[in-house]
Amino acid sequence: MASEVVRVSGHIIDSLILPKILDEIMDLEGTFEILELSVGKRKTDPSVARLRVEASSPARLHTILHRLSRLGAAPVTLRDARLARAPKAGVFPAAFYSTTNLPTEVRYRGAWRKVLNIEMDCGITVDRRTGGARCIPMAHVQTGDWIVCGSEGVRVSPLERTRRPEVFQFMASAVSSEKPKAQLIQRLAAEMRAIRRRGQKILVVAGPVVIHTGSGPYLERLIAAGFVDVLFAGNGFATHDIESSLYGTSLGVYLDRGTAAADGHDHHMRAINTIRRVGGIRNAVRRRLVTKGVMHACIRHRIPFVLAGSVRDDGPLPDVITDTMKAQDAMRKHIPGVGLALMLASTLHAIATGNMLPATVKTVCVDINAAVVTKLSDRGTFQGIGIVSDTESFLRELVHALRL
Amino acid sequence: MCRPTYYTIAYEINPWMSLKRQANHRRALMQWTRLHELLTRRLKARVKLLTPKPGVPDLVFTANAGLAVGRTFIRSNFRHPQRQREEPHIERHVKRSGFRLVTLPRRYRFEGEGDALWMNGALLFGFRFRSDAPAHEELARLLHTQVLPVELADRRFYHLDTCFAPLDDRAALWFPKAFDRYGRKVIEGLVEDPISVSEADAKRFVCNAIAVGRSIVLQEGSSSTLRRQLMRRGFRLYPLDLSEFLKAGGSAKCLVLRIF
Repeated sequence: MASEVVRVSGHIIDSLILPKILDEIMDLEGTFEILELSVGKRKTDPSVARLRVEASSPARLHTILHRLSRLGAAPVTLRDARLARAPKAGVFPAAFYSTTNLPTEVRYRGAWRKVLNIEMDCGITVDRRTGGARCIPMAHVQTGDWIVCGSEGVRVSPLERTRRPEVFQFMASAVSSEKPKAQLIQRLAAEMRAIRRRGQKILVVAGPVVIHTGSGPYLERLIAAGFVDVLFAGNGFATHDIESSLYGTSLGVYLDRGTAAADGHDHHMRAINTIRRVGGIRNAVRRRLVTKGVMHACIRHRIPFVLAGSVRDDGPLPDVITDTMKAQDAMRKHIPGVGLALMLASTLHAIATGNMLPATVKTVCVDINAAVVTKLSDRGTFQGIGIVSDTESFLRELVHALRL
Repeated sequence: MCRPTYYTIAYEINPWMSLKRQANHRRALMQWTRLHELLTRRLKARVKLLTPKPGVPDLVFTANAGLAVGRTFIRSNFRHPQRQREEPHIERHVKRSGFRLVTLPRRYRFEGEGDALWMNGALLFGFRFRSDAPAHEELARLLHTQVLPVELADRRFYHLDTCFAPLDDRAALWFPKAFDRYGRKVIEGLVEDPISVSEADAKRFVCNAIAVGRSIVLQEGSSSTLRRQLMRRGFRLYPLDLSEFLKAGGSAKCLVLRIF
C-alpha cells in the first residue's frame, strides 16, 4: 500500500470540496482516513482537513494525488530524513531516530523507502548509493554509517485493521485470566493453519516450565506436524528436555509419576555433562543417546533452534550461545518471515524476542503469571495477546484443536 | 472598460479562439462603442477607461484584470504567459486610480472577476481551467468573506462568468452542464432563483451578461424562452451584437469590470 498525507483548507465544507475529494479518492479506488478535521465556526472561517490517502500502488496514488492537487489538496510538504554519520563503531549520532516495531518508512531523495527488518529500539541506516533503508541495532553500527536523525522524513504506519474478525481482534491485548480460553485456542489454531497456508513461519519461544509441567510431548507433536518453524529457548529448557529424555525426570521429578527420583537433583547436571562429552545435542541425537524430547524432534525435523545463555546457567550445553550479542544476532536471523510468535512460559526469552519482532507479527504469550504477559506489552510488544493459563493445559488444548 | 484599439486574435488559449478566424477590427470597435454608449448613456453607468496598450490584445477583457472590493484591488495572476504581460499595465493603472493593490502568491493562478462573482454576500469562485482552487482561501482571508469554490467541468466555459451571471439577490443565469454535480448543488443552495439556459444559449454566451439594476445587457440572439423568463421577472433586456468578441471567447461581461 502506498500512502501520502494531504492537507486541504479553506471553505471546503459548504462548497462540497471536501466531500468531493473523498468521493474522488474512492472513485479512483483509493482509501482515506481523516486524520484531522477542524470546521470553521462561522461561514467566513476556514476549515482544515488532513487526510491519509492510500492506494494499492504508487502509480495509482500518483493519479489520485494529481487529481486532488487540482481540488486544492496538496501533500503535506515533507523533507528528506536527515542523515548523520555514526561517530564510532557501536555508537549512533546523538540525535539518532530510535525505532518502534511498527512498519516504518523514511523519505530519502524525495521517495519513501521501507525500512527493512524493523525492530524496536534500534536506529535506521540508509545506503546513500542505493537509497535502501534498514533497521540497525546499536551494536552493529560501523564508523561512518549514515544514520537517520530526528523524526522528520520518518513515517510510522499504524497497523492496518483487518476487516475479518479474528482472534487478534476478538481479544484485545488486555490480559485477564477470565477469558474464554477454549474459544481463544480454537481461533488460535485456525490462525496457525492460516499462517502456514500463507507460507509464513511460526516461532515458538519456550521456557523450562514447558518441560516441568510435562507438556514437552505436546510441543513435540506440534513440531512433528509442522506447526513450529523455529524455536528459541535457553539452557534450562534444553537441559530439562534432555534430562527428561535420558532419565524421565525434570529437575529430578518423574514426569509420569510426579514423584521425586532418588538423587534426582543431579539429573540435569548429568544430562549437561553427557551432552558436553559428545560435543552437542546434534551429536547426542546422532549417537542415539537422546531419542525423544523436544530438542530431539527439532533435530529430526530439521527445525532450527537458538539457545541463548544467561548468568544463572549450569554447564551450559555446548549449543548454548553465551555471548548475548551473538545470541541476539542468531535470533535476528530467524525473524524475517515469522507470522506468529508463540511464547510459552518464558519471561526473559519472550521479552528478548518481543523486542525483535515487528508489530506486524502476531504474538501470543502464554503464562500462568499475568505479570509476564503485562510486562511484555508494557515493553512495547503491544500487538501481543495474553493468555493467562497453565502451559500444559494450553498446549494440550491447542494440540487437540489442531487435531494432532 | 478598455477600448479595443489593439484588439485582435493573436493566439489561441481557449476553444473559441482560432487564428484562422480573425476579428474584424473596425466592427469590433463599433460593437464595443455601442456597449460603452449603452452603459453610459442609456443605463447611466459610470465607466472608467483603461488605456489600451499594443501587444496585449486581451486587455479589452477587463473582467479578468482582477477583483475590486471597495478600494482594494486584487490583481489577477494569469495562467497563460500571453496574458501575464497584461499584469504590469493593470497594476500601474490600478495604483494610479488610488486602489490598494493586493497580489496573491505567484503559485496561485487567479483570473479576477472572470472566475469570482458575488452572489448573496458570498463570492462564488470558479476553478480548474484558469484559476486554482487553493486561491479561494487567500481570497477568503483577504476579504473576510465566504468564498465558495466550484469546479468548472466544460472547457468551453473556461471562466465562471461564461456560465454563471448573478442578476440580483435572488436570480442568476447559469448553464448547469458547465458544473459538476457538486458545483450544481452548491449553486442551487446559494441561488434562490437559478435560471438555467439551454446549451444553444450558453454557446451564444448569454451567461456572459451585465446586470445594471433591473437591466441586463447580453449577447443578441438568445432564445425567446429565455427572454420571456427574464422579462417575466421584471428585467429589461438590452441585446447587443458582440460577435467580434465571441471569436475570442468573450462577450458583454468579459468587457467590463465592476469597480464601484
